[in-house]
Amino acid sequence: MSELIRKSAAELADALAAGETTSVALTQAHLDRIAAVDGDADAGVHAFLHVDADGALAQAAASDERRSAGNALHPLDGVPIAVKDVLTTTGLPTTCGSKILEGWVPPYDATVVRRIKDAGLPILGKTNMDEFAMGSSTEHSAYGPTRNPWDQTRIPGGSGGGSAAAVAAFEAPLALGTDTGGSIRQPGAVTGTVGVKPTYGGISRYGLVAMANSLDQVGPVTRTVLDSALLHELIGGHDPLDSTSVDAPVGDLVGAARQGAAGDLSGVRVGVVTELSGEGWQPGVMARFSETVELLTKAGAEVVEVSCPNFVHALAAYYLLMPAEASSNLAKFDAMRYGLRVTPEGSPSAEDVMKATRDAGFGDEVKRRIIIGTYALSSGYYDAYYGQAQKVRTLISRDFAAAYDKVDVLVSPTAPTTAFPLGEKLDDPLAMYLNDLATIPANLAGVPGISVPAGLAEEDGLPVGFQILAPALADDRLYRVGAAVEAAVTSAQGGPLLDRLPEVLA
Amino acid sequence: MSANDVLVDFDEVVASYDPALGLEVHVELSTATKMFCGCPTTFGGEPNTQVCPTCLGLPGAMPVVNGKAVEAAIRIGLALNCEIAEWCRFARKNYFYPDMPKNFQTSQYDEPIAFEGYLDVDVDGETFRVDIERAHMEEDTGKSTHVGGATGRIHGAEYSLVDYNRAGIPLIEIVTKPIVGAGEKAPAVARAYVAQLRDLIVALGVSDARMDQGSIRADVNLSLAPKGSGVLGTRTETKNVNSLRSVERAVRFEMSRHAGVLNAGEKVFQETRHFHEADGTTSSGRAKSDAEDYRYFPEPDLVPVAPSREWVEELRATLPENPAQKRARLQAEWGYSDLEMRDTVGAGALELVEATVAAGAAPQAARKWWLSEMARRANDAGVELSSVGVSPAQVAEVQRLVDAKTINDKLARQVFDGLVAGEGTPEEIVAARGLAVVSDDGALSAAVDKAIADNPDVAEKIRGGKVAAAGALIGAVMKEMRGQADAGRVRELIIEKLS
Repeated sequence: MSELIRKSAAELADALAAGETTSVALTQAHLDRIAAVDGDADAGVHAFLHVDADGALAQAAASDERRSAGNALHPLDGVPIAVKDVLTTTGLPTTCGSKILEGWVPPYDATVVRRIKDAGLPILGKTNMDEFAMGSSTEHSAYGPTRNPWDQTRIPGGSGGGSAAAVAAFEAPLALGTDTGGSIRQPGAVTGTVGVKPTYGGISRYGLVAMANSLDQVGPVTRTVLDSALLHELIGGHDPLDSTSVDAPVGDLVGAARQGAAGDLSGVRVGVVTELSGEGWQPGVMARFSETVELLTKAGAEVVEVSCPNFVHALAAYYLLMPAEASSNLAKFDAMRYGLRVTPEGSPSAEDVMKATRDAGFGDEVKRRIIIGTYALSSGYYDAYYGQAQKVRTLISRDFAAAYDKVDVLVSPTAPTTAFPLGEKLDDPLAMYLNDLATIPANLAGVPGISVPAGLAEEDGLPVGFQILAPALADDRLYRVGAAVEAAVTSAQGGPLLDRLPEVLA
Repeated sequence: MSANDVLVDFDEVVASYDPALGLEVHVELSTATKMFCGCPTTFGGEPNTQVCPTCLGLPGAMPVVNGKAVEAAIRIGLALNCEIAEWCRFARKNYFYPDMPKNFQTSQYDEPIAFEGYLDVDVDGETFRVDIERAHMEEDTGKSTHVGGATGRIHGAEYSLVDYNRAGIPLIEIVTKPIVGAGEKAPAVARAYVAQLRDLIVALGVSDARMDQGSIRADVNLSLAPKGSGVLGTRTETKNVNSLRSVERAVRFEMSRHAGVLNAGEKVFQETRHFHEADGTTSSGRAKSDAEDYRYFPEPDLVPVAPSREWVEELRATLPENPAQKRARLQAEWGYSDLEMRDTVGAGALELVEATVAAGAAPQAARKWWLSEMARRANDAGVELSSVGVSPAQVAEVQRLVDAKTINDKLARQVFDGLVAGEGTPEEIVAARGLAVVSDDGALSAAVDKAIADNPDVAEKIRGGKVAAAGALIGAVMKEMRGQADAGRVRELIIEKLS
């Protein structure tokens, strides 16, 4: 294994700047790693649905030319990246993990993709995901599951299991993910990587194929907090094409990460959320969480317990609002303009073609959510379901507001358990949904959150994630506290968690 | 209509039933770009050339509200005496149709931008107040063309073509409250409402307002209730009625058809109906039952529209004079009779007459030229009155020459020919064509003498006191002078010479 691929993106940027390596060399090193470990639907990590070796190498060569001419576009110019297959990319297929979009090549780039291209980051390929981002295990991908690099019999989290696994398995130093109810943070937790869900509106959603527009957010997937800050600053900021994007500067996130890494959290008030622990939470997860809270105290933070009583209703509200929006978003997949078209025998009407295509093109989980969402929005049920859920959403926002009157950040385990075995919860949707218990409140309230590795659980030796939540537009706090947690955990455990990643086999 | 439709004579309908009308008018705004993207809105482009990821509903694309469309919506709302919402949202109206790119229409539901207004319409000199329930913003759909069937409708077609150039064009839908109490005037009220709404839209300059191109489309709701009952009956909605005449006919037809159903003791079926221009009938469309569920919910990709009160007041200050008030003012200023005014408005000549009067012509003269000579030319050429090739200023100039007796009405027609042919100003044409009236008594006198000599019988009658016979001699003189004589002066000379 090339040493290049073990470096963080910040280190790779430094090496490029110092002329110690080239973008072509490190892009090739990552492509070699992908070839060695990624495998396919049947074996290997299977983090990628599409690898663009030629495109990535061409972009890398262009980057090297710019750099040698002294015209590097950005500190990360030349550092390769992987992109979740839910973001549109010109020239590369965008399937959202669904058969209904098999082979679709978008004619436009998502704004975040445009921004990484404009900064010169070669795109290695598109990463696997639960179909239309619906799931917590990546098992709902129509193209086969991604496997957790720590243990390939286990799930890599979801929906962004591909991006998290790619970064954890050293197939890419950086990746883009999306988080609607935890799809960046929970995969980060179970793969021992860092994942950030920024403030709603902090990053453009233009070109993100929507699951639930009011909850979706693009964010960084990396191995270090600093790398996430670098990527977040690059992709963040206002976009005139997304009217829900916030017209405010993205802030000094890199500075916050560097400040946090120094390890001093004096004056920072940390609230442990009472409702995000207890029965059903894996003991090994809770043990690592408690140790990490103690590390924060040692770093000077003032830690208190905070109750957010309405969080217990978050999951129920989420599973009405998200399917409601999704049912409408997915109506556009009708075989009329792009994607799969299934034409029944005889002389079918347009409606017959739509029905047959949607029946063949959508997986069971997608159909389940379309049906739930359609029901929740139906005349006569709207107030009882969608309307009530919106009220719960308001209550959850108020819980956050009250909590942030007392503390600067809230903390919890990112997920109740470590990575569970592939197949274990496939037939039990409710058990699967419970995995997002701790991550969903942030999406409902639009506040930012990060998952940082907290070590391995005693009982199964699998990674545990530590979640930090901050008020809207205070994403810098995630980076300051996240970097402090990262530094303290790394120091307490004698090195980065991923140094302990077992050999990954294809 | 179907074979079982029993139509009741209109007079009998209004003797037994009270009609209730409801009109939903869609106005296509003439903004440069679409409602939620930057694509152009020009009519008549090659199919699917004015499209982008957003208006094609491609995965991942997002809408951004066109501020100019919001401005137009607010101005329409204000002109209709509506309240303007301080805060409102767009909503998704979910249903599947091949020409709907997203399979939902981004519209407004329970939070329209404008609500609770009215429009006063004139019908035969009587003012009828139409209450406006709401005016809301939405996007148009694409346009389907069904090929291979006999009817042009989807049933029986071999295939269909969809043009998405129209998808996303901003629409304002204006919905009335039930219009009751119009009785026998219901068809006329419906027509007058749409006509005056169109005039208002034109005056606001927010739409081409061309019914023939579909930039104004009306859906006509109608129900009947037993006379004096004070209730509302079951309604039908006749879709896409695309001319003023059709609006009137659709109401009239549905009134007769409903009465036939009700007289037979049956119930009117709540449905949408198609209007047929050819014979003025309607036929059954689709059932509009309560089962139709659009699953509206607030559009999460758009932020709320919250026009500041300051902006609303600024827009209020830009409103043109209300067309009805303007008509009343002009009629008073011009001294037109009700009939003259109605004819002028009906001919679409109001603005032209106004400009002609402003250029110095007397109101009656201006009306005379536009409603006779210009109307004839427009009719012959098959163009709008404003496109005959003569401007209001030119009409006023020609009339000035008539008033100065430089030319007469007959010669003026030749001047108009010259103007249409681009031969220069009216004065230049008079000079170039030698059209000036001959006022030289020497030449005229000679012509009169010749006419008298040529027509001794007529001359004898006049000498004998039959002055009315002078007409024949005047005609002969005018012919001799090739029309370039003042007929009044010729008459004077004849009578002078023969008395």
